[in-house]
Amino acid sequence: MTRFASAFSKGSALVTFITAGDGDTLANLDALVAGGADVIELGMPFTDPMADGPAIQAANLRALGKGTTTADIFAIAAAFRSRHPQVPLVLMGYANPMTIRGPEWFAAECAKAGVDGVICVDIPSEEDAELGPALRAAGVAPIRLATPTTDAARLPDVLNGAGGFLYYVSVAGITGLQQAAQASIEDAVARLKAATDLPVVVGFGVRTPEQAAQIAKVADGVVVGSALVEIIAAHGDAAPPHVEAFARTLADAIHGAKENAA
Amino acid sequence: MTEAAPPRSALSNSLRTGPDARGHFGAFGGRYVAETLMPLILDLEREYRAAQADPAFRAEFEHLLEHYVGRPSPLWHAERLTAHLGGAKIYLKREDLNHTGAHKINNCIGQILLAKRMGKTRIIAETGAGQHGVATATVAALFGLPCTIFMGAVDVARQQPNVFRMKLLGAEVVAVESGAKTLKDAMNEALRHWVANVHDTFYIIGTVAGPHPYPELVRDFQSVIGEEAKAQILKAEGRLPDMLIAPVGGGSNAIGLFHPFLDDAEVEIVGVEAAGEGLDRKHAASLAGGRPGILHGNKTYLLQDEDGQITEAHSISAGLDYPGIGPEHAWLHDIGRVRYEPVTDAEALASFQKLTKLEGIIPALESAHAIAAAERIAPTLGKDKIIIVNLSGRGDKDIFTVADALGVAL
Repeated sequence: MTRFASAFSKGSALVTFITAGDGDTLANLDALVAGGADVIELGMPFTDPMADGPAIQAANLRALGKGTTTADIFAIAAAFRSRHPQVPLVLMGYANPMTIRGPEWFAAECAKAGVDGVICVDIPSEEDAELGPALRAAGVAPIRLATPTTDAARLPDVLNGAGGFLYYVSVAGITGLQQAAQASIEDAVARLKAATDLPVVVGFGVRTPEQAAQIAKVADGVVVGSALVEIIAAHGDAAPPHVEAFARTLADAIHGAKENAA
Repeated sequence: MTEAAPPRSALSNSLRTGPDARGHFGAFGGRYVAETLMPLILDLEREYRAAQADPAFRAEFEHLLEHYVGRPSPLWHAERLTAHLGGAKIYLKREDLNHTGAHKINNCIGQILLAKRMGKTRIIAETGAGQHGVATATVAALFGLPCTIFMGAVDVARQQPNVFRMKLLGAEVVAVESGAKTLKDAMNEALRHWVANVHDTFYIIGTVAGPHPYPELVRDFQSVIGEEAKAQILKAEGRLPDMLIAPVGGGSNAIGLFHPFLDDAEVEIVGVEAAGEGLDRKHAASLAGGRPGILHGNKTYLLQDEDGQITEAHSISAGLDYPGIGPEHAWLHDIGRVRYEPVTDAEALASFQKLTKLEGIIPALESAHAIAAAERIAPTLGKDKIIIVNLSGRGDKDIFTVADALGVAL
């Protein structure tokens, strides 16, 4: 069983995002796992994070301001993998830093560091050739995004070549701001689950355990990012215990939701 | 848009048939956008194809160019500049005489007609110096559509007259505080706003960059420059020019002049990049000093570090102050059809003053880069040779920058 399959086998999963190089990243990742996170998304900072709201934009700038390099990110990934052999690790970021040394280089580094999947925000299925073949050849899952604007005609293209899980971006917008209506999320998840065997996780705008619990009733996973990044912004290097405590409230809500629903 | 490009299959040797069906010019271009935007840019492409085939769309575009923009713009034989340089005969394509003072309006007219066709009710745009913002606010006023312009906070502070112009035209100007607070950050913020408002909003991109089909449609709308220039030079001289010169930031005025001449092998074509303080210091020359990468929806040459982080551009000309270049230029550079030369701030500043004194024409600092290249090249050519320089905009907007650079207090 792959790490993804194992993580999603127990019901709805807590998927957490933080930006690499922002705060004490390794300690924060440990805290997330200790708090009950099932899947880790590690953001690769970029100078021009076009899909991100203010919280993650600021995290990108903090990380780059500290001189975080791609080599540093893979070092964090490798260290995480040695500490947490069973927890799936996903790199999330933008096309340019991922492809600048060639897709094969990036895919090989991912495999070497124990990265399970990659989410590239600005490579839609139309441009899959840019990164997808190299990732698949290296055994790294290219994780695709579906959005409220992804219609039924387009969905098969989005799913073609996808791996790991399907990330449903629940609002047409950027990270960390408004939240979608629960009814629209439920409709979308049902539609997506009918079209794929991949786990469907829901993200963008999920900030509280209550929201997460609602979504966890229907989705295979719930992504929380900006709310965690804000904790790191507020507490700096002292963030890990706060990160762990917040992760635990989210994990309890999400893991409890599946029991309540069952 | 005024002259239909040849069908893709008819002329396999033509350089004018790009991009391919997926929006690629060779290895460049493409559609590197978030999934949320993909359905929208596919819609835009469908609607643009329909508009291309619709004589009424073309008629309205041409009507507005003639009666609102003031086209055709003159092709001026710059006799005093020619005599001063003592070589090739120099003609200036007077885009500075267009309504709003630059070539930018040609594209804005085309795109707002597309917005209307698509039933969009709000307009957004990014701007650096404010020229594209003013042109967009102008067409939004003309069509009675609400308009929001994203502009880096640093640019807002240094381009107050254009900010005020946009506000007078009824636009909302959003000062972008993210990143380096200049043009690329304004474009990031416009993309963020667009992604959250896709259902009713049309994004008027100001140059031949962004995801397909923007580089193609902006080029088509700007090609009126080259089509007119071709007819005008044939009338004046009875033959094609020996050389074209135009400044390149994103490259919309340049591709507009160049494109109708790409298949005329006897016409040499020169694009001018902003070398800022010099290629070994701060500059905005993506071809001379950058390498291929992906930003703002397309693959092209970018100023970046070894990890692919985008670095800040610098030019005295705000319109050239961008770390990328349109993908068709990247392709024309790679295949060698267009030669790209760098011109520094200091050279552009000298040419700005020279053209003003010799011809009574104050050029935009962008255009002054092309004049500087012409000054370098014309004396090396015989007097029987002909050069057309794209005078892409007027320089009234730049007088404060120039005064500051010359140490003059206004």
